[in-house]
Amino acid sequence: MAKDIIKELKKYNLSGRSGSGFPTGLKWELVKNCRADKKYIICNGSEGEPKNFKDKFILENYPEIVIEGIKTALEAIDNSSAFIYLRKDYYQKFNDNLKKLIKGLPIKIIKKQGGYLGGEETVICEAIEGKRPEPRIKPPFPCEKGLWGCPTLVNNVETFYCAGKISQGRYEGTRFYTITGDVKNQGVYELPEKYTVKEILKKTDNYPDFDFFVQSGGGAMGEILLEKELNKTIQGIGCIVVFNAKKTDPFALMKEWTKFFLAENCDKCTPCREGIYRIDEMLNNRKMDKQALNNIFFVLKETSLCPLGANAYTPFETLIKKIIK
Amino acid sequence: MIEIIINGKKIKTEEGKTILEAARENNIDIPVLCNHSDLKPGASCRICAVEIRGSKKLLPACATKARPNMEVITDSPKISKTRKINLELLFSQHKEECFDCVWNGECSLLDLVDKYKVKINRFDDRKKNYPVYQFGNAIQFDSSKCIDCRNCIEACHLQGVDFLEIKERGSLFQVVPSETKDCIYCGQCLIHCPAGAFESVGEFKDKIVVFQFAPSIRSTVGEEFGLPYGKLVTGKIVAGLKRLGVDKIFDTCVGADFTTTSEAEEVVERIKSNKNLPVLTSCCPSWVKFLEQKYPEFIPNISTTRSPQVILGGLIKTYWAQEQGLDPKKIFVVSIMPCTAKKFEIIRPENNVLGMRPVDCVLTTREFARLLMRHKIDLSKLKPEKMDNMFGDPSGAGVIYGASGGVMESAFRTAYEKITNTKLKNVEFKRVRGMQGVKEAEVRVGSKTRKIAVINGLGLAKKFMEEIKSGKRKGYTCIEVMACPGGCVGGGGQPVPTDAKIREKRALSLYEVDKKKKIRKAHENPIVKKIYKEFLKDKKLAHKILHTSYSRKGRGLIKKI
Repeated sequence: MAKDIIKELKKYNLSGRSGSGFPTGLKWELVKNCRADKKYIICNGSEGEPKNFKDKFILENYPEIVIEGIKTALEAIDNSSAFIYLRKDYYQKFNDNLKKLIKGLPIKIIKKQGGYLGGEETVICEAIEGKRPEPRIKPPFPCEKGLWGCPTLVNNVETFYCAGKISQGRYEGTRFYTITGDVKNQGVYELPEKYTVKEILKKTDNYPDFDFFVQSGGGAMGEILLEKELNKTIQGIGCIVVFNAKKTDPFALMKEWTKFFLAENCDKCTPCREGIYRIDEMLNNRKMDKQALNNIFFVLKETSLCPLGANAYTPFETLIKKIIK
Repeated sequence: MIEIIINGKKIKTEEGKTILEAARENNIDIPVLCNHSDLKPGASCRICAVEIRGSKKLLPACATKARPNMEVITDSPKISKTRKINLELLFSQHKEECFDCVWNGECSLLDLVDKYKVKINRFDDRKKNYPVYQFGNAIQFDSSKCIDCRNCIEACHLQGVDFLEIKERGSLFQVVPSETKDCIYCGQCLIHCPAGAFESVGEFKDKIVVFQFAPSIRSTVGEEFGLPYGKLVTGKIVAGLKRLGVDKIFDTCVGADFTTTSEAEEVVERIKSNKNLPVLTSCCPSWVKFLEQKYPEFIPNISTTRSPQVILGGLIKTYWAQEQGLDPKKIFVVSIMPCTAKKFEIIRPENNVLGMRPVDCVLTTREFARLLMRHKIDLSKLKPEKMDNMFGDPSGAGVIYGASGGVMESAFRTAYEKITNTKLKNVEFKRVRGMQGVKEAEVRVGSKTRKIAVINGLGLAKKFMEEIKSGKRKGYTCIEVMACPGGCVGGGGQPVPTDAKIREKRALSLYEVDKKKKIRKAHENPIVKKIYKEFLKDKKLAHKILHTSYSRKGRGLIKKI
């Protein structure tokens, strides 16, 4: 029953699996309680963070549970219809199968516009509305004013998977983890949410026997953790990249990140557009101006328009602090 | 109405207003750059970011709606720090060309520099090689100045035109003109651009602005900035003009060196042919006008040599333009003159060079001082800077032109050598110096004694001319007349107050400059020699640049405004 599912989501403390970790039950409730003639649900399958492909894994292996999750939301939220927003390759791969599973449900599948940032919730709204895929100023959040100004529930593929599981009464508090980098057994694993990074690596037989560090929580935006720091759960997306400390050139690694951010950010706000450009410039010259870097990190964190910019400083700051020193 | 708290103060505002709007209604200042009340907030510059209780990040005041009981802080060390850094990042993409900017004097970027101690050159200009686009014959968009706020795109969109677009080039987005749509030239992009990246075609930028300033300015304009009478400020004038963004700064004294050389030649020729003597000097335009109207019979006596500003302007638009590979029509010459009549001199068609006016605009000393003040430039505090090459280094003779007797003394130094073919050892001709209204002297030049007169103050000149006419005075070779008492140091364009004592101090400083100069004779100035040899050897051309003509004139324009 509609009322129950929100209670259930809250009971399991389910939080969003896109990386932001917003309480799912609360989000559903906010949308549900908004007064509007029309409401929308968006299942976000734009998965853009590098080295992370857990949503693809879910769409490949458990699409029916995802659809179940969306169906549950459609039932819980009156006057609603839904979109599944898929990155281009996922669209090509899963469109047919998902269509079969959707049957008569009011769910449309939409191909993603733009790059990484195309996965940000307000960008999705802009894109579905046929506008240039750029982030909107928040607030208002999509829960209040999303697609065409209507209350809109935006959740990640994995979050709908979990909601589906909860609705079926089969949820076991698990989470999907992509493990890549210098490891033996690359892949996506479903493991308890409470697992620490160390436990995840051990359980999947990926714990290195060499000097290493990891990037946890995303292949671009995740934080760098040293071996001694692995007794913690993952912040951000379920993604662990292992680096052989001896074989990794930290400058080349950072260059990979700036390349990603420069290509994927929208260049709208000053700190993200100019700040990342300057980090990249320093990397090209292999000359890191510590004070300028700290200044740039500061404005990224404090004054970026969207979460991409606000979190972009994390990998650089932690890598420089812990590895380059 | 809702209540919010800004900086600890309770404020009432209407629901739906932004923090910025609420603050402004209550005279609380929040700095903005990309915000414009015509446009929906883009919140891209992040300069208006403020602290809001309960929010982890700072939020832009322009785009954040006021909510009941919201607690806002509009300035704090944290906020100031982000503003400073974001401004430094913004400046790093903005090529500064302030002089010809539509925002000059009103620039919201520059206004924030002092307050937040912004180092505008902390990072290299990343857009320095970005292109300039021109739309029809109406608008230019210099993308090297763009700070990516996208106001232009929004303004263009509001006009229903959507000619300006944002396109990704490499990994960075840029504002670019559409490849298919057209511009309607309305200029709303220009009006809404906070960075001055747009301007109308020909607006300021199309011209290369060259300034020259008369000899006397260096000892008078300091007065407008509280400096003592006669204080020499040559280098400070150059520094002030550079601050204004002037492209090139030259010294009219170098023009005077050409005038002297040409005029001395004339004197020599007239002595040889014994024609049209006495030679009457021609560099004072009021005197020339007076003769043309009142004593047309003396027109043949006026030296046909052009005045220093006119010769220099002509050389700038011919020789210098050629050397620099510039289209002379794009050069805009401004003279700072001690004189109101110099404004008239430049519109005399007889002074044109190859169909162009040699000087496009004359500013008086006072106008120049006001121009600096309007740009908040305090001349007295500037560090002296050097004049530009080519026409930046006059002889001492060129500098004393600003005082009564200076022209005569300069011409004498040159003419003496041309007539006698000997070196003049004592160059100082003290009998023609000083503030006395009529100065007369007899000088031995070669085998002959020459009678000369120097007059300042047109009333005295009038009397003198009457006496020549009646035959009471005769036998003069050369007469220098300056319409104003004391010569140009007492000119109608000079700072007020002006009186005899002040004029004297102003003049003495010019003689001080002359005294310290190594080269004190106009014809020995290397640039004079060089141009005479290379360029003015073509006699026809030399005539066009160095000489003018006079004719009987009627009454000038007098109208009620």
